[in-house]
Amino acid sequence: MKYNSVFDIIGPVMIGPSSSHTAGAARIGKAARSLFGKEPTWAKIHLYESFSKTYKGHGTDFALAGGLLGFDTDDPRMKDALELAKEQNLKIEFIEDSAAVDHPNTARIIVGNDTESLELVGISIGGGKVEITELNGFELRLSGNHPAILIMHNDRFGAIASVTTILAKYQINIGHMEVNRKDVGKEALMVIEVDQNIDDSILKELDNADHIIQISKIVS
Amino acid sequence: MFRTVKELVEFAEKDSISISEVMIRQEMEVKEKTREQLFEEMETNLQVMENAIEDALKGVESVTGLTGGDAVLIQNYMKEKTPLSGNLLMDAVSKAMGTNEVNAAMGTICATPTAGSAGCVPGTLFAVKNQLHPSREQMIRYLFTAGAFGFVVANNSFISGAAGGCQAEVGSAGAMASAAIVEMAGGTPQQSAEAFAMTLKNMLGLVCDPVAGLVEVPCVKRNAGGSSLAIVSADMALAGVTSRIPCDEVIGAMYRIGKQMPSSLRETGEGGLADTPTGRFLKDKLFGITS
Repeated sequence: MKYNSVFDIIGPVMIGPSSSHTAGAARIGKAARSLFGKEPTWAKIHLYESFSKTYKGHGTDFALAGGLLGFDTDDPRMKDALELAKEQNLKIEFIEDSAAVDHPNTARIIVGNDTESLELVGISIGGGKVEITELNGFELRLSGNHPAILIMHNDRFGAIASVTTILAKYQINIGHMEVNRKDVGKEALMVIEVDQNIDDSILKELDNADHIIQISKIVS
Repeated sequence: MFRTVKELVEFAEKDSISISEVMIRQEMEVKEKTREQLFEEMETNLQVMENAIEDALKGVESVTGLTGGDAVLIQNYMKEKTPLSGNLLMDAVSKAMGTNEVNAAMGTICATPTAGSAGCVPGTLFAVKNQLHPSREQMIRYLFTAGAFGFVVANNSFISGAAGGCQAEVGSAGAMASAAIVEMAGGTPQQSAEAFAMTLKNMLGLVCDPVAGLVEVPCVKRNAGGSSLAIVSADMALAGVTSRIPCDEVIGAMYRIGKQMPSSLRETGEGGLADTPTGRFLKDKLFGITS
């Protein structure tokens, strides 16, 4: 089931004009910010199909900027997000990309600061609901229906066990989990959907576990 | 969890409860929330809808100047003359268009199910309200009933113009409103399903062709169509008229039609009304780009 709540249908409360192109775009931007986990100084945003053809009219540009600044869909500052981004020294570049994609409302965001960057692909599936379909080159399927932890780690034995042991210690139930790697022994990505939001202290403990490179979380 | 309209109606009939009650109980279970929490959350949405209509009736204009002010024109007309289609229907049309005028003007609205189609559900609600005099709880239940039907569409078909054309947006929104009107007027769950099916059937094939890619032309006036059809279908269902094609099959047809629509007619602003001489002229004038 793509939608699991009546408030996906009656909602969100948002600044117009388009739930897919404005509210959905803001949520993709916000997901990029929260996964990056730091204050970004630049972002390159590729827009495809319907997003690329209509982003100016729909306010997709300011909505993505607003999301990157951490705004919710109903934040009254949304309309001014492009100017606010400039004021906060966040450089945003939009690229109208004609490459073929699976979903008509697709955005690829590469966000970073002087030392690090993160790349994700988000799709806006309607009514303001979004899915993250790619992170740093790894395919995934993150609905945002549940809180999730995303863990970049080295593909070594014991990496998964060390993470799940810590979660078990804090009695955190895993609802869904997938592991994806680029090649044997290289970087891998663990995506864990859990039932409750995770405290930062637990994230810190996970970050110190063996073979872990980077951790980020999505709050539901 | 209900997956189809058939299941939704069966759940309601089995326990002799309303559609809104089925939706509320499912939401309580899935989200582990209390009834009070859900009502509070939905009250917030209802308040946003009410405020948007209030703003619209004071008169708004979009940044481009393409839309705004029509809701007020209709209200003034209603004060001076008796509308041929009746006061309730034109009141719904005015409030549905008004909500979308506020949306186009980048005001705050509640997506139902989307922003472009956000007028149909509140527009009909705040018009029907003047005749049926519902309690605040019944008004909140109206939104749960509309949401229950939208939930089935979203999971079995689509609710965005980019994915399935305007039939998926205003088609779904108008049909959701029909079902909710029936429940508020005292109809049965099955009659809600019939009303939903009859509205959606009349919206099948509707393309998404916004001029200059903006949620303005023809979106605002399509909400007039969606909301008036919602009331007509609700009356038909309450009179005992049924849809020969079952509700779930109509939703299935909407999905297949959407899949066959070319991308030029799915919210890219490239085909249909967007590709008329005036549509192209407006786009050039607004953005200074020739396409």
